[in-house]
Order: sequence, then structure tokens, then C-alpha cells
Amino acid sequence: MIRTYIKVWAALLGLLALTVGAAYVPLGPFNTITAMSIAVTKAVIIALYFMHLRYSPRLTWVFAGAGFFWLLLLFTLALSDYATRRYMPSPTVWLP
Amino acid sequence: MSTEQIVETREHYLNCAFGWKSWLLTTDHKRVGLLFLISITFFFFLGGAFATLIRLELMTPPGDLFQAETYNKLFSMHGIVMIFFFLIPSIPSVLGNFLIPLMIGARDVAFPRLNLLSWYLFVIGGLLTLCAIVAGGVDTGWTFYTPYSSLFSNGQVVLTIVGIFIAGFSSILTGLNFIVTIHTMRAPGLTWFRLPLFIWSHYATAIIQVLGTPVIAITLALVAIERLWHVGIFDPALGGDPILFQHLFWFYSHPAVYIMVLPGMAVVSELVTTHARRRIFGYKFVAYSSIAIAVIGFLVWGHHMFVSGQSQYASMMFSALSMVVAIPSAVKVFNWTATLYKGSISLDAPMLYAIGFIGLFTMGGLTGLFLASLAVDVHVTDTYFVVAHFHYIMVGGTMMAYLGGIHNWWPKISGRLYPETWARVAAVIIFIGFNLTFFPQFILGYLGMPRRYHSYAEEFQVLNVMSTAGASILAVGYLLPMAYLIWSLKYGPAADANPWGATGLEWQTESPPPTHNFDVMPIVTEQAYNYGNASPSVR
Amino acid sequence: METLAHQFDDVEQQREASTLGMWIFLATEVLFFGGMLLAYSVYRTLYFSAFAEASRDLDIVLGSVNTAVLLCSSLTMAMAVYQAERGNVKRLVRFIGLTMLLGTIFLAIKFYEYYEKYKEGLIPGAHFTWHGSDADHASLFFIAYFILTGMHALHMIVGLGLMSVLAILAWKGRFTPAYYTPVELGGLYWHFVDVVWVFLFPLLYLVHRSS
Repeated sequence: MIRTYIKVWAALLGLLALTVGAAYVPLGPFNTITAMSIAVTKAVIIALYFMHLRYSPRLTWVFAGAGFFWLLLLFTLALSDYATRRYMPSPTVWLP
Repeated sequence: MSTEQIVETREHYLNCAFGWKSWLLTTDHKRVGLLFLISITFFFFLGGAFATLIRLELMTPPGDLFQAETYNKLFSMHGIVMIFFFLIPSIPSVLGNFLIPLMIGARDVAFPRLNLLSWYLFVIGGLLTLCAIVAGGVDTGWTFYTPYSSLFSNGQVVLTIVGIFIAGFSSILTGLNFIVTIHTMRAPGLTWFRLPLFIWSHYATAIIQVLGTPVIAITLALVAIERLWHVGIFDPALGGDPILFQHLFWFYSHPAVYIMVLPGMAVVSELVTTHARRRIFGYKFVAYSSIAIAVIGFLVWGHHMFVSGQSQYASMMFSALSMVVAIPSAVKVFNWTATLYKGSISLDAPMLYAIGFIGLFTMGGLTGLFLASLAVDVHVTDTYFVVAHFHYIMVGGTMMAYLGGIHNWWPKISGRLYPETWARVAAVIIFIGFNLTFFPQFILGYLGMPRRYHSYAEEFQVLNVMSTAGASILAVGYLLPMAYLIWSLKYGPAADANPWGATGLEWQTESPPPTHNFDVMPIVTEQAYNYGNASPSVR
Repeated sequence: METLAHQFDDVEQQREASTLGMWIFLATEVLFFGGMLLAYSVYRTLYFSAFAEASRDLDIVLGSVNTAVLLCSSLTMAMAVYQAERGNVKRLVRFIGLTMLLGTIFLAIKFYEYYEKYKEGLIPGAHFTWHGSDADHASLFFIAYFILTGMHALHMIVGLGLMSVLAILAWKGRFTPAYYTPVELGGLYWHFVDVVWVFLFPLLYLVHRSS
């Protein structure tokens, strides 16, 4: 088990180096995507191994994921407003 | 031996210990439920006092009783007190706390001390809000829209927000407790699909409490931060977006209305089966509909923002989703009605409240569909149509379910029977008073009377006077149960374990229950609502 | 010897309930931070160049070091739980102590960063002075920065408080291989606070370093 923890820790530090390094490479919009993907990977391995999610019952997985899933709902619907305001704005005058 | 003596000598949760410490340091879920009962009743009458002042002002067209600023505070405090300190905690924290362990055959909730903490947080939050009221209150509406609330209002915004913030944690802890309790502490044999529907609906409510409340917590905190340290998160001058506040606010506050109504539906499912002595029609549909309402309810918040400036695309999506959320509610209404059909109905007070709920919630729900339609909403938003819509659901729905539940389980809670005739009279008075108060408001809104105004055009006066008259009848109706329920504590006949002859584990133990709920751990082998009457239920 | 609370039937049920309760609480925390993250995301999308410029003003060395410090603290925390599972009280206390030390280092570096920002006049509010273009939108970045990292720091402080309690209880011999649930739950909380930072670091420090 200790070996697993050390491996996870090493992976986390490696991913940290990767995310900092990648930040200096000009990838345009992919900079954000890369950074977030690495962050998600780190979060997942912390959850699975340090937080013992890997060895937890299915119900725990549901609640571990529920927060993030709900956050996804909030982000998706709210950002859809901002994404479409330029193209389908609310009319400034509702009645003639 | 008289039944009086039996009640006196047997030990139960009320007489096992006396003194203020035994109540203020209790971890018994039943006592915690009663602590909440007393607290929320206080806030109900406080919110009702604000409503009285509002209706008095609105008897005449000019704003002659209060100044505009004062009136703004009245409707703001009415909303804040009623929503955060009465409706949201009411059924879950009183009836849910009392009944959930009993219904699943457990000795208590999963975290009894957290339960007590939940009550203390509620009281502290309430006291802080009370201080804010005494210090002048807020005039922002319960909706705290920015930038008015964050930059311009001179009211007690921060203090009120702190009160609501703390009360929010009370709600989160209650929800957390219920979820863990229901998952881990069911009696042997009590599988998910044998649970009373009361449990399903409260589980769905708890999901909303746990996932939604933190968002309003951070949102209101941001408003407080902006006020305290003059950092303009929602300040348009810095590029801040007031609509962002609305997105964050309504992400919780729409699901919050399901926190308010789902427990009402929980109660109605029990009232209808008990007092029609019938298995519920379509158990699984009703169970799943609670979950559907909880989940879909998180996807519709933008319907509060159709005229705010959000994009038309978002508005259309939210409008469509808002239509969808009506479906599971309709499923419940159909199934309750089908349960009543050819049932052995006894028209006692709980059943009267249940029938009232079904009719009034339907009206409220249907008018919700009017509001979900973009084109209609443009005309009736921010009018009394909306006010009538949500009062039909909150008062015609939740409040009546709450009263029906209090009456239904009064024998279990107190060991006494309430006076049935008075209870029926009160239920009818409430029904009449309610409709007289709020039906005219649909018409007023349709005709164009705006909400949150203390003066209005002359032609609206007749309907407003009707509404105020109805409110006075409603007030009488609410005072009656206060009176006779307290009366029954001393003079009501003693109740036995199961005065309604209902199914459900809570009726298998004495009235009032012993502290540990059950002398022998129940083992469940049957479906819920296992009444004799054969019913064409969908399996 | 784990005391069985009266409402539970057996120790296994109690442990299951406690752990589930903690995960649900962590879900509420995700939504709590998530609300602020939505605000940040909206403004970053609307005012990207201002946010990019402001982000470059943050000290990437200190930020990276702090991230590494927290990741190490998660390792020591996991090791603490491991030792608790095996009843090695001395090592348990040591690892909790290490975790606390690393947490304190994190906070020290954070507050030093705050102090630097104060000297640069970048505390949002009346005295905010931005040297670049688009001061208003840059100010929104710093508001988000201080609120997000401030809330995170608050949670760290609470975490340190929890760790102190755990350390004291552990030293008093309260935890055995049969009962170390509080250590486990404390670990879950600590790891969660680490996960929050794992997201905050790239979001705040690495907006657009490649120019």
C-alpha cells in the first residue's frame, strides 16, 4: 500500500511539473483544456487512492461524483446564456 | 383503569426526562422535531404579521399606510421569514425529523448530535435575522438582486444575509442526516420499494438541500463581501454582471421551491392512503417522480430570468425544461386521485387538507405552466399573477399539507386526539380564506397590477379588498388549530397506538413512542400501504 | 474499542454511515466553491486578456511550490491513516504532525503572497492600483483570486484545527485498528482541500503564461 501511495505522490508531482511546463507552450485555447485535464487527472487519483474511493462501495462513488456532476449542470446551463447572448440576445424592448 | 392513567404512567419520549436541559441538550429526533415545531411556528406568525401589514396597505389604492421604502421592507421580510425560516424547514425538520426514523424502524437518525446542531443553527440564524428586522430590515426583496442589494440598499443586508447563511447550514445538515439515515438504517426487510412514499419524497428533498443550498450560501456571501469591502463582483462599473447573481441565486432558489413542496407531497401520499384506506396507485411512479422533480428541478432556474437580459436561447431552453418538470408533479396528482377513486374515504381533517392540497396544488402547478411559456411570462412576470401562482403552491399546497400532517400524526406526537369537528371547521375556513385571498390575485396580475408596489390603479381596488378580506378569514383559520391543538394536550382523549388503523411502522409503536422508538426491532415483510381493499395498483 | 452509538446496530453500520456522511459534506463543499468558480469562469470568458495579464502577475514559483507542498501533505495524511489502520500510534502522530507542518508552510507562503499583493496595491477595493490596461476587469480577477484562495485558506485553517484535535486524541491513545474513523474522515477532508487547490492553481496562476 505504501508503494501505491509513493507512486501516486510521484505521479502528482510529475503532473504538477507537466502542467507548469505546458503553461509556457503556446497552445491557444488548448492551454486551458490541457491544464484542466491534468487537474482532473490529479483530482481523480487523489480521490481513488488517497481518499480510498477505489476500495469504497458504489454508493460512495455516487456521492463523490454527485457534487461535480451538479456543478456541471450549473456551468453548462449558465454558460449557455453567456455563450449565446451575442447571437440571441434578449430584445431590449419587449413591447412596441 | 382509565386511558388517562395509561398515558400518565407509561414512560415515553415526553415524560422520560423533564427540565430545560433535557430539551435543549436532547439528541432524541422526536424532541428535536418538537423544538423545530415551536421555532417555526414563531416565525410563521412573524411572517404572517408582515403579510397582515401588506394586505392592510393594499386595501386602498394610494400608498397611504406606509411609505414606499417601508413597504419594500415589509414584503422583503415577509418573503425572507416565510421562505427561509418557515417553509423550508417546516415539514422536513418537524415531521421528517419526528417520523423518518420511526417509519424505517430505526432508533434515531444517523447523526443525532448533528440534528440538534441543525436546530441551534436555525435558531441562531433566526435570531440574527430578527435583529436585522429590529434594526430596520432589508428592502431588497427576498431575492437580493444586485446591484441594488450590493451597492445601493441602505438596509440591514449583511446581517440578514448572515442569518440566512447560518440557517442554510441547518438545512444542509438536516438533508445530510436524512440521506445517510435512509441509506444505512432501514429495518431488516425494508427494501427501497417497500418504503413509505414519505421517505422517498424526503430523500429527494434532502438531495436538493445538500446540493443546492451551498450555492446560495456562496452567492449571498459574495453580496455581503461586496458590501463590506466595496469589491464589486456584481458591479457593472467594473464589468460585473448582475445577471450572474441571478443565475447563481436561482440555481438554488428554484430547487428551493421543491424543498418546500416535495415534503408536502410526501405528507399527501400518506394522508391519501391512510384516510382512503387504500394502497397507493402506481407506487413506483410516485416514488420515481420525487427523484425526477428533484433532478429536473435543478435545470429550470432560468424561467425566473426571462426578462432579465439572459439570451433568448437560454430562455427557450429553460422554458422547455420547465414544461418537462411539470410532468412528474402531474403523475403524482393523477396517482393520488386514482388512489382516492373507490377508496374508503373518511373526510376527517387530514383528508380535507389532502384534498385541498391536490386541488390547489394543481391550480398552482398549471399556472406555473402559463409562466413557463415565454410569451405569457413576458406579460405577467412581476405581476400579481406570479404572486398568486406561488402562494397557491406554498400556501394552498405546502401549508395545507403541513397542517394535514400535523393533524394526522398529532396522536403519535402527543398521545392525544385533537377535536375532529373543530379541525374540520378550521380546514374549511382555511380553504375558503385561502381562495378568497389569492384567486383575485390571478385576475389582478392578468389585468396588469405589478407586484411589490404599495400603491395601485383605482380599478384594482375591489379585487384587492376581496384579497384582504380573505386574508383575515385565513388568519382565523390558522389561529384555530393553534388553540385546539394546545387545548388537546391537556383535555384531548388519549390516543392508542394506531387511531387511524393505518399501515406504516410509526403506527406499530405506542402513542407517544418510547424514546428508543421500538421495543422490538421491526422486520418488514410486506409492501407499503398493505390495506385490505384490493386496488388496481400498477406493480 | 469503538463505542457503538445507540442509534446504530453494529460498528460496521456506524462506519458506513460516518464515511457516507463525510462524502456528502464534501459534495456540499464542491458546490460551495463551484458557485464562485462559475463567477470566475464567466468573467474569465468575458475578459480573457485582462485576466491573462492579471494572472501573470501572480508568482508562479510560489504557487507551484505551494501546490507541491499540499500534494506532499496529502501523502503524509494518507500515511497517517495507514499508520492508524495498523495501530502505530507514534507514527500516526508523527504523520499528522508532518501534515500540519506542510499545511502551515502552505499558509505561510500564501499569506506572504497576499502581503506582496498588498504592497503592490492589488488588494481590491478603494486602494486598487493596476499598472496594466483594463484596470476594472483586472480588478475582477483579483477579487476572484482573493475570494477563492481566501476561502481555501479558511478551509485549510479549519483543517489544521481538525488535525490538532486528531493529533491530541491519537497521542492519548484513542485510536486503534478497530476504531480510527475520525482519522479517516479527517483525511478525507484534508485531501478534499488539496483537490480544491489542484484546481485553483492552474485556474488562477496559469491563465496565459505562454506569451
